[in-house]
Amino acid sequence: MIKRSLVMFVILSMLIVGLSIGAYAQDPEYGGTFVFGRGGDSVGLDPIQVTDGESFKVTQQIYDNLVQYEPGTTDVIPALAKEWDVSEDGKTWTFYLRENAMFHDGNPVNAEAVKWNFDRWRFEDHEYHIGGEFIYYGYMFGGFPGVIEEVNVVDEYTVEFVLNKTQAPFLNNLAMVPFGISSPVAVKKWGEDYFKHPVGSGAFKFVEWQEGNRVVVEANEDYWGGRPYLDKVVFRSIPDNAARFMELQAGTIDMMDGVSPEDVESIKTAEDLNLLLRPSMNVGYFAMNFSMPPFDDPLVRKAFNHAINKEALIGAFYAGLAEPAKNPMPPSIWGYNDAIEPYEYNPEKAKELLAEAGYEDGFEFDLWYMPVPRPYMPQGKFIAQAIQNFLSQVGVTANLVSYDWGTYLDKTRNEEAQTYLLGWTGDNGDPDNFLYVLLDKTNSDNAYESEELHEVLVEAQRTIDKDKRIELYKEAQEIIHEDAPWVPLVHSTPPLALKPMVKNYIPNPTSTEKFKDVWLDQ
Amino acid sequence: MFNYIIKRIVALIPIIIGVSIIVFLLIHLIPGDPAQTMLGERATEETVQRLREQMGLNDPLYAQFGRFFKNLLRGDLGRSITSNNPVAVEISQRFPATLELSIFAIVFAVLVGVPAGILAATKQNSWFDNLSMLVALIGVSMPIFWLGLMFIWLFAVTLGWFPPSSRMSVGVVFEPITNLYLLDSIIQLNYLAFIDALRHLVLPGIALGTIPMAIIARMTRSSMLEVLKQDYIRTAYAKGLVKRVVVYKHALKNAMVPIITVVGLQFGVLLGGAVLTETIFSWPGLGKYLVDAIYARDFPVVQGGILFFAIVFVLVNLVVDLSYATIDPRIQYN
Repeated sequence: MIKRSLVMFVILSMLIVGLSIGAYAQDPEYGGTFVFGRGGDSVGLDPIQVTDGESFKVTQQIYDNLVQYEPGTTDVIPALAKEWDVSEDGKTWTFYLRENAMFHDGNPVNAEAVKWNFDRWRFEDHEYHIGGEFIYYGYMFGGFPGVIEEVNVVDEYTVEFVLNKTQAPFLNNLAMVPFGISSPVAVKKWGEDYFKHPVGSGAFKFVEWQEGNRVVVEANEDYWGGRPYLDKVVFRSIPDNAARFMELQAGTIDMMDGVSPEDVESIKTAEDLNLLLRPSMNVGYFAMNFSMPPFDDPLVRKAFNHAINKEALIGAFYAGLAEPAKNPMPPSIWGYNDAIEPYEYNPEKAKELLAEAGYEDGFEFDLWYMPVPRPYMPQGKFIAQAIQNFLSQVGVTANLVSYDWGTYLDKTRNEEAQTYLLGWTGDNGDPDNFLYVLLDKTNSDNAYESEELHEVLVEAQRTIDKDKRIELYKEAQEIIHEDAPWVPLVHSTPPLALKPMVKNYIPNPTSTEKFKDVWLDQ
Repeated sequence: MFNYIIKRIVALIPIIIGVSIIVFLLIHLIPGDPAQTMLGERATEETVQRLREQMGLNDPLYAQFGRFFKNLLRGDLGRSITSNNPVAVEISQRFPATLELSIFAIVFAVLVGVPAGILAATKQNSWFDNLSMLVALIGVSMPIFWLGLMFIWLFAVTLGWFPPSSRMSVGVVFEPITNLYLLDSIIQLNYLAFIDALRHLVLPGIALGTIPMAIIARMTRSSMLEVLKQDYIRTAYAKGLVKRVVVYKHALKNAMVPIITVVGLQFGVLLGGAVLTETIFSWPGLGKYLVDAIYARDFPVVQGGILFFAIVFVLVNLVVDLSYATIDPRIQYN
């Protein structure tokens, strides 16, 4: 009897193991062309010169950085640099490069090449500081030359960075797509037109770019990390969301981003389509201007925090694909303060607070909304109307205002808006990139000028120790919560739709990812 | 005739100057800052200022115009602020796509619109007349984005007869020369590419051609009705000519002038780029590109693009004017 059950057990176990191997550990296949449909064309393919996601999507494949983000997270892992160390004071960083990395034009990726790239970016009088404005360099490293004082070639494969002050997010910055390393030979060869002839050392090589139409890249057979599974990737620009979705259904593209919320349900139920959610690295918010009464009164700002039903907004305008925000930064970023008790949706309490502030009869104010869809707020106007409605229930009247996008940014930047909707998508996955960039007194757009917050944020910038920084950022979030400069609305998780044959696609919070490990089950 | 052409081309010069001044002023006077637009949600005041400085936007307006105009005289339209690509290159790459689509659309519109209009006129108040004018009315008022999406859904997704969008399938091996794909594939004797490019033209071409087709049909009908009432038509019938000859030889020729005018105007409008059609069918033409440039406040692209359109429009009108003489020998140009 025992023997029989033992045999049964063995057979059963083998069956289960066999089944699960069959179902789960499918071996990746090499080959195939992966067609990715997106909303717009790339602006340029020299990553340091562009700021748009559609350019980064492509350059991400062509270039390597010194370090990169781990798939699916913003944790930093080795790329061209196999390891690195940093001095006590956090000002000297030494990177040890791998020795088998080659640019697509056959030149080696060595310390000289890395130095040449950084020199080109940071010195405005560099011979090849041409072809654009190097926006992201100035932005992340504080101008030209900014925080990077020296880049030294220690030996052929060791490069040293000396900073003039501690920059805590330095490593996270280096992993950002704009800082992909170009072949100096290619940059010299093409000059101002380099953005049309990109040469990096990444897993895919550039093939062609038909403007307004498509960009094609192909597998780099000699990639230091091993050849990618895909033979070719085609990025097609299909501006209209509905048309792009129909292309996916027709099978002329394999994957798309910019899925309309109203299509999410049909993707979930369709057998031949899958839905992936990108981890959130954004925040959509409603800001109130401290310099324009009555928003100088914290009671009014808190009342507004109680008056807006975020869950309802998410259900109605994000197809449920977002989480309500209680902090200015998303939970995917380390340092997130989950202990904060959100202002709950409670119109009665809101009315009480307004009465306490002396506005029991309500008031009228301007509410600005964005004219363009953004990942954190796909339908600005509808969200504004919903907020208008929530606020009317507590007795205040919002007049809706909008401008075209450039003007809107210009005017909010100049603190001309009384209240406004806006948001932010993070660059480097560091808390500083949300809290300091959005709410420090030197940066805020709504005249929020907390000295207390400024001190904490600057202290965190000077600290290299991550645990200490986490503590500081948690404290910062408490201060912000108490001051209530915004109603933080949502962190959206942008949906991606794809054919089931596309395997191992891991969306990164930073909005783009490398396709090296993606494969097609053909 | 020759003198006339020269005169018209010379007349282009004040038009170019006028258009460039107006466009320059308009785009610079509307609010919105290209540096701010480019830097996005969180640009610090310093970065915006530095970028404005680099773009030369902090110079006085007349200095900026002087620079623009000086370069224009040398045939240099400048470089796009967003992509740093020379504007002339962008136009030369995108205009052929617009041209190809416009030609297809106008040919479709004429081939369907003119016969429908003639038939409706000769059978005035018949069921065909009523039906075709109803169709024309619907055509004129058709929202093109809806029509386009329905075309894609029906003919591409459901029936699979035509590709849903873009100019050529991903797998087709093809090297563009002039960027007019039909022409290029003929030059290269690339039969597969030709068929593929043609198949891609059908849906956006018909969608884009629908409104001009309706307008042309209505114009043909009313113009023909006018002519058919004339005395010489009665005389022609009295001579014993058959209806076909009267309609097509005697009436149509005289009805042609207003029709040609409408066709020319419509063609000029189509060449101005079809933003909606280009968006829905992912057609890499000039229209959507230019609208995007306006939103981005990409001054050089907007200036160069509109100037280019103005010249194209004037040239199309010139061709239309010249064609009157070939139809109606009574028209002379001196």
